[in-house]
Amino acid sequence: MDPLRQSPSPCSSRPSSPKTPPCEIHGYVGIEDVLDQVKIKAMKMGFEFNIMVVGQSGLGKSTMVSTLFKSKVWKCTLPGLGMPIPQTLQLKSVTHVIEEKGVKLKLTVTDTPGFGDQINNDKCWDPILGYINEQYERYLQEEILITRQRHIPDTRVHCCVYFVPPTGHCLRPLDIELLQRLCRTVNVVPVIARADSLTLEEREAFRRRIQHNLRTHCIEVYPQKCFDEDINDRILNSKIRDRIPFAVVGSDQEYLVNGRCVLGRKTKWGIIEVENMAHCEFLLLRDLLIRSHLQDLKDITHNVHYENYRVCRLNESHVLPRGPCWVNLAPTPPGPPVAPGPSKVCRQAREDSDDDEDDY
Amino acid sequence: MAATDIARQVGEGCRTVPLAGHVGFDSLPDQLVNKSVSQGFCFNILCVGETGLGKSTLMDTLFNTKFEGEPATHTQPGVQLRSNTYDLQESNVGLKLTIVSTVGFGDQINKEDSYKPIVEFIDAQFEAYLQEELKIRRVLHAYHDSRIHACLYFIAPTGHSLKSLDLVTMKKLDSKVNIIPIIAKSDAISKSELTKFKIKITSELVSNGVQIYQFPTDDESVAEINGTMNAHLPFAVIGSTEELKIGNKMMKARQYPWGTVQVENEAHCDFVKLREMLIRVNMEDLREQTHSRHYELYRRCKLEEMGFQDTDPDSKPFSLQETYEAKRNEFLGELQKKEEEMRQMFVQRVKEKEAELKEAEKELHEKFDRLKKLHQDEKKKLEDKKKSLDDEVNAFKQRKTAAELLQSQSSQAGGSQTLKRDKEKKNNPWLCTE
Repeated sequence: MDPLRQSPSPCSSRPSSPKTPPCEIHGYVGIEDVLDQVKIKAMKMGFEFNIMVVGQSGLGKSTMVSTLFKSKVWKCTLPGLGMPIPQTLQLKSVTHVIEEKGVKLKLTVTDTPGFGDQINNDKCWDPILGYINEQYERYLQEEILITRQRHIPDTRVHCCVYFVPPTGHCLRPLDIELLQRLCRTVNVVPVIARADSLTLEEREAFRRRIQHNLRTHCIEVYPQKCFDEDINDRILNSKIRDRIPFAVVGSDQEYLVNGRCVLGRKTKWGIIEVENMAHCEFLLLRDLLIRSHLQDLKDITHNVHYENYRVCRLNESHVLPRGPCWVNLAPTPPGPPVAPGPSKVCRQAREDSDDDEDDY
Repeated sequence: MAATDIARQVGEGCRTVPLAGHVGFDSLPDQLVNKSVSQGFCFNILCVGETGLGKSTLMDTLFNTKFEGEPATHTQPGVQLRSNTYDLQESNVGLKLTIVSTVGFGDQINKEDSYKPIVEFIDAQFEAYLQEELKIRRVLHAYHDSRIHACLYFIAPTGHSLKSLDLVTMKKLDSKVNIIPIIAKSDAISKSELTKFKIKITSELVSNGVQIYQFPTDDESVAEINGTMNAHLPFAVIGSTEELKIGNKMMKARQYPWGTVQVENEAHCDFVKLREMLIRVNMEDLREQTHSRHYELYRRCKLEEMGFQDTDPDSKPFSLQETYEAKRNEFLGELQKKEEEMRQMFVQRVKEKEAELKEAEKELHEKFDRLKKLHQDEKKKLEDKKKSLDDEVNAFKQRKTAAELLQSQSSQAGGSQTLKRDKEKKNNPWLCTE
């Protein structure tokens, strides 16, 4: 499987149905009640979200996840500290169910301890890409069964948060390599980790340089420009794109500041408040990931990344002519089923028989 | 796949973790709803019923609008389906509504095959969706779903029981679509007759094993209302697009000399119940049932028919691709064989034709040779004859010259004698003949 697939083609999720005449309704019918029906059904089924955090050890990935979801996602409080750095990249996945106001969310967090920690980091992205593709494969296998489940369990990675070390200079070659490969298979949100070591001006300069790097290397991070559906989306997403990568600080300890209990990091020179926009941009990250774009992340994963994987996979398993190849399932009168695929061989055979006819 | 060490820690099978604060994913349903709104909804209704039972009028009344179309005649030779798609908009929700109506149902003398066009139509919609789903490059989220979500079966208000045509058709349709039977033009039946009619219909449906759509009662918020409505099936409805002034309001009603039937009055008919159930409460469930039950059944049957399986006799999971690949190779092999055969036949025929042509050529050559020989013989004969003729002519010439010479000689020598003889000859007629 070649990880350097073509980038996903832009597509709109608006239905392109045939042109139909609009009809005026004189009076109340009640069509908008379907929204409530959708909501009830969705809440009954529950939601799923799979997030992956990628970055070198010590950048605060696990803490960030705990801060994002305000819960002890990992069993041990500070993984990484005191534990030996793994020799190979190991992916750890934890699944929890969290509930808020009746909404059940099955959250799966995949951590990548050991990434980029070796001396030779060549091909260290292979396990990550392998894991992502394995989830796609699992979903594909479920989808092509004859008797399928009502609701296929979705383990595909919806979002990958990439932690950029706060060097203050620019993206390193390792970062660029990984980002190039990742952004073709999954939605990537880069963040500047441990941003409390940079001043505000340094942060801005670093951010601009990273954005420049991303543009130079044609890395499309989430929210991708090509998936903006309409003008509102574009305006909203441009604002987000302007601030990416977010400079974040994570913490799961609370301190008393001005009478309020806030999450923060205590240092000799002050307390860095995680949820204070003046201190860091954690709130932006949380809003993007959870409050406003969660459904969008899932949709793009399903409609674009998964479909790309499926196309590659199905094209690989048999040699087919280019272009959409569909299985001819048209009902034929009793007899052997019409075999699939209009292939060149078939066409030639027909031409030959035509030639035969002409000679007589 | 590659050497990935994934240690999955699903503590006690997905434990629930308490939240220490407000995270904010309670906005998820709203996000989902917003997405759905921007995509729009799509709903397809199939109206099956005899001509003149008020299908189009009921649709107009249900959706409070006028869909264009003229009433059908009773002279259709067979059952046809007429499909129209409309764009409805209510506040911010857009609905793409497709209404399919049967034309000429129940009008023929022989109604044995009446259900076939309907079943074929429903299957064709499933087929189209399956084709799209099996494509390599597909756009499922942008695909206009044309599968029938609800089938309103119009029962004629005879007051007695279901017609056999109704039973047969519903039996054929119940595994393919959600059937909601309704009693049409129910202002022709009185209240007491109606209850008896409904009981008779439900008992007939049950005894014939027809599975009609039951409103779902598993979700608490709608269980109660759905439960009560299930008891009122089939709904007795009246449709009307005319508005009459009743009291001080304009209402949809039908005016008779003996009174006015109000469409939206629950005491008069079940129209409001139908609208509630069909649109306001269960539209999403109808769509989900169509997709997860009827479509999956169709898909399973279709794929099994084509020879695909999930597991082979050794219960090792088959992949669709492998079976497809195997079948495809088989087919290609067959094709190649056929191609070879055809090629052989072609070569054979060409050889035969060549041989024939060669024969003909040979014949022609022979003929030519013969003709040439003949010609030469003739020519020779002619030349011989000419030669002999020439010889004769020469001989004659010689004799002529010889005779002339002789004559001139004899005429000199015995000219007188000849004269005398001539005279004698003249005198003697018997000697003049020479």
